[in-house]
Parts: sequence; structure tokens; C-alpha cells
Amino acid sequence: MKHLISMRDLSADKIVQLLELAASLEKDPSQIDLSRKVMAAMFYEASTRTRMSFESAMKRLGGEVIAMVGTSGTSVEKGETLADTAKIMARYSDIIVMRHPNEGAARYVSEQVDIPVVNAGDGANQHPTQSLLDLYTILKSQGTLEGLKLALVGDLKYGRTVHSLAYALAPFKPEFYFVSPKSLKMPSHILNDLTNKGISFREKTTIENIVPEIDIMYVTRIQRERFPDREEYEKVKNAYIINANMLKKAKDNMKVLHPLPRVNEISTDVDSTQYAYYFDQAENGVYMRQAILTTLLGEAK
Amino acid sequence: MKELKVDPIKNGTVIDHIPAGRVQRVLAILKPRSTDIVMMGMNFSSRAMKKKDIIKIEGRELTQNEVNSIALIAPHAKVSIIREYQVAQKSRVEIPNCIEGLVVCPNPKCITNAEPMVTIFNHNESEGRELTCQYCERVFTADEMIHI
Ligand SMILES: [Zn+2]
Repeated sequence: MKHLISMRDLSADKIVQLLELAASLEKDPSQIDLSRKVMAAMFYEASTRTRMSFESAMKRLGGEVIAMVGTSGTSVEKGETLADTAKIMARYSDIIVMRHPNEGAARYVSEQVDIPVVNAGDGANQHPTQSLLDLYTILKSQGTLEGLKLALVGDLKYGRTVHSLAYALAPFKPEFYFVSPKSLKMPSHILNDLTNKGISFREKTTIENIVPEIDIMYVTRIQRERFPDREEYEKVKNAYIINANMLKKAKDNMKVLHPLPRVNEISTDVDSTQYAYYFDQAENGVYMRQAILTTLLGEAK
Repeated sequence: MKELKVDPIKNGTVIDHIPAGRVQRVLAILKPRSTDIVMMGMNFSSRAMKKKDIIKIEGRELTQNEVNSIALIAPHAKVSIIREYQVAQKSRVEIPNCIEGLVVCPNPKCITNAEPMVTIFNHNESEGRELTCQYCERVFTADEMIHI
């Protein structure tokens, strides 16, 4: 593995290797020493959370970080091409982590430089480190990835995270519930792909009845901008707010995940229940990113 | 074989069943050399297509790769290699596995539309007439493609 650009490039074996390394690094981070290695964060959009997760991952393994955040005041603003900016960053660092609003930007940069490139989000296309940390979180909380029942809840139409997660879990024979307002349903091309892979799923507009069945509830934000009219948004928004009361009949092993930041789709009264797992999920992101950085820098043992 | 309204050629390539009106775009892709003698026929009547265009190139045998590069705009073209006035070889165009720099990605948010770079589309025979952008990973049908 030279770069990490898209989940499509990853074999099931490679995913398992990364999951194992993340678990091993969580137990014993001292096994890897990335001192004298420099990670360049090329962030054409702020995405502070993702950047800080990567920085934490790198620094906790002894590495250094240099960062370009946003384009104002940089050579990009003077009209420098993406290829030129990337080539310079490659001279300053050992690995590039990049976030860009245009789809395919990370793939293009990976073709332009000799050092490893990690895609930290390219528009609506891919965000593979999020998908991998989600897998790691599910594995850690359930002890397996095989045969789980998952409800993906919220904006399933535009939500890159849930699309990617559906594909990432496909090799592990999941059963999905897709829970969303009618206007934000999972796109039909994804449903077709899942059908072709023999994955079973059911579409729902409410969550209540399925709570007792599921192992994972993956909640995403519903944005007002996605609705053609305000009235429809007001009608549905409360139906997708998870609170502690709704979880009363959940199985003991059930965990609620959310890519964060949440706005109001998970009430704070869920935080103190045994089901809340979204802050652990954020922490798991650091271990998974450590596994990715270590592997791409050729330091994995 | 039906009589063609352009002169027969001795040696070279005939491309038949080009959709009417696309002959110039086909030639722009094939980029004839200055030594090639090229005959273009436009708006010939055709049973299958109603109207079609035809190209004959005297003195040059196009390779299958060259021929395949026109597959997106002339998907049903038939290609004959002519030797001594006889059809020596017939083939159909096939969408190549990799199409570089011939089409624009229809996704406005694709990096190929934001940076000075060459587009690359990948194609598998199993995907019929669908192409995948190497960069934004979106899938388009050949008919949606915008030609450069
Ligand atoms: Zn594209």
C-alpha cells in the first residue's frame, strides 16, 4: 500500500491488517517511533477535527507535523497549481495528508509526488480514514464485524460517511436498516450495488421499532439546507433525534455512533447511558490514523 | 458490398457507420498525418442509422487502438482494412480500457475540471457502456461524456 486514497483500493486483507495494527497501537504505542518523520497536512478546507486527529496520531508516535490550513495567504491564492503545491510539500515532509473540496484531488496528488498521500476527504467522494475508524470502532465495541445488524440513521442521500460505511461493511455480511426521511433515502445505485453483493437491507422512516434488534445505531446529521422547504424539515427533524428514552429496549451490546460534530440529533441524555460510544469513536480515530501513518511510512513491523 | 459514393481505395482503412455529423470529430481524434490521403463522406443513407458518415484513409492501416479511440462518439462504427482493393480485415470499435485526454468529466466538482490536467476514464468490458473517472470515481455512460 503506497497511498490511502479510496476504500475501493483496499482489499479485505489490507483492512484486517490495519484493524489489527490499530488495536496493537492502542495497547502499546511505544512499539513505533516516528521521530524525525514529518507529516504535511494540506488542508484546502478547515476540517479542524480531522486535522487534529491526524496531528494527535502523528505526535503521539513521536512524529512532527507541518500544516497548511485554508488557502488564504498561501501560494495557492497566488494561483499556484495543486501539483506544484504538492511537489513542494513533498520536499518538506515524509507523508502528505490532504483535504480538498474537489473530488479526485488526493488521487491526482498521489500521482504527482514520490511520498505517500492520505486522502482526508475529497469533496463528496471519499474519506477512507473515517470509514476505517468506523470499522475499528464497530469491531472494538462488538468484538466482531461479522453478521451485525446496523441501523444507519439520518441523511442517507448526501451522507458520504454512511455510503462509504455500507460498502466497507459489505464483506462482513451485515444486515442493514436504512432509516431516513423519504426525501433523504439511500441512493438507488448504492441499494443496487448492495443487492448485487447479496447484502440484505430494509428501508424505514422511523427508528423506534427496530431499536431492540440492532447492534449498532449510526446517526448522522440532517441539514436544513438539504430540504426543499422549511416546513418539511420541521416536520421530520424531531423524528430523527435520538434520546435515552428511545433506547430503553436496546440490546446490552448496542452502541450509538456518530461521526461528530453532532448538533441535536443525539440528545445529551444519551451521553451517560451505556449505549453512547461516539466519544470513544473519536478516540479510535487516533489509533486508526496511527496505523495508517505507520503502514504508509513503512514502519509497520 | 453496396456501392459507395466515394472512390474505392487501394490500400488503407475505411470507417463506416459513423453517426451523421460526427465525421469531423472522428478525424480530430484520429489526427491524420499530412501524408495521409483522407476522403470524408457525409450523410450517406443507411438502413440501420438512416444517415451515416464514412471516412477512407488511403495508405494507412489504423491499429485497433487507434480505432478504439473513436468508440465513444462512433460506437457502432465498422472498420475495414483494405489491401489491393480487397477487404483484408474487418473489426468493430470497442471502448478501450483506458481513455486519456479525450473527454471532459461531467462532474463539475471533479479535480480534472479545476486543475490543468489530463482526464483519465477507465472501462471494463463487463460494464457495458459505462466509464469510471479515475479521479472523482463517478460512473458515467458513454453518452453522457463531453468530448474535448
Ligand atoms: Zn471526474
